[in-house]
Amino acid sequence: MSEQQTDLLKTAQAWHEAGRQVAVATVVSTWGSAPRPAGSQLVIDQDGNFEGSVSGGCVEGAVVTEALGVIESGAAKLIEFGVADETAWQVGLSCGGRIQVFVEPLA
Amino acid sequence: MKPETLKILNEERAARRGALLATNLNSGAQELVLESHLDAAAPLAESYRKAFRQGKSVTVEHGGEAVFLNVFVPPPRLVLIGAVHISQALYPMAAAAGFDVTIVDPRTAFATPERFPGVPLLAEWPDSALPGLAIDRYTGVATLTHDPKIDDPALIHALRRDCFYIGSLGSKRTHAKRVDRLTAAGFTHADIARIHAPIGLDIGAVSPAEIAVSVLGQVIAALRLGPGEAA
Repeated sequence: MSEQQTDLLKTAQAWHEAGRQVAVATVVSTWGSAPRPAGSQLVIDQDGNFEGSVSGGCVEGAVVTEALGVIESGAAKLIEFGVADETAWQVGLSCGGRIQVFVEPLA
Repeated sequence: MKPETLKILNEERAARRGALLATNLNSGAQELVLESHLDAAAPLAESYRKAFRQGKSVTVEHGGEAVFLNVFVPPPRLVLIGAVHISQALYPMAAAAGFDVTIVDPRTAFATPERFPGVPLLAEWPDSALPGLAIDRYTGVATLTHDPKIDDPALIHALRRDCFYIGSLGSKRTHAKRVDRLTAAGFTHADIARIHAPIGLDIGAVSPAEIAVSVLGQVIAALRLGPGEAA
């Protein structure tokens, strides 16, 4: 829905056509003060290179890790991120929101 | 997502056509829905239409399962016929609301960059300027010159395209004469009814800036509201 995605999906196509293994992560639901709206995307390759944003930086690292697993297994995955729990070193959104991210292989 | 699906989606987007990717979040099943080929009998047809109108990605429920609709619509455009006072007030407001604005006026004394800084300005007759603008479903056209020599060709061009909005400045009396001319030119009552005239929402606008607000409100309503949802 945003103009930034225009480039991201072109990037995904270009990476795929260049022979890279690609996963696409998309914010599918948000609750509370989520930093990026539904439809925001991250494009990841098998080496962990990525473009885009699903949270403005809070959980991208974790999404990239999940994406590498998705590229490996070929199976899509729905993951959820909530409020960060600093004591548990859990990845999350410090803003207090909650997001669901769908990670799928481009295959 | 299948690479072929992504390829088609990217082609649709490059062509400024609406498309959405419906993903069942439980099963992973995916379907690419093209706005130009929307199946009215599809179970989620109404949700698709709403998502296209609002240009907003959303997760909906279907048969107890979550389906994510990732919507891709082009940035809307607004073509203003007439480098007039109302256009001077309207184009920055429309740009702020996310529209790509183009102004067309063959009168070179009106269509000057000094009067319209920072906006594409075509000092040409609508007949020569509009074909190159590829007026599409995501384009609105407002004629603001009061001059039939300039406004009528633009209206005729717009009526032959599927643009989401057509508006024309002028009183009821001016519009009645315009209807006569367009009827004589072969347009049906239903065609002519697409024209919002007198232009703008009825908010009692007085100044050019207020009229610009009423026009922009009407343009947004035409883009975002469904049939039967009054502005």
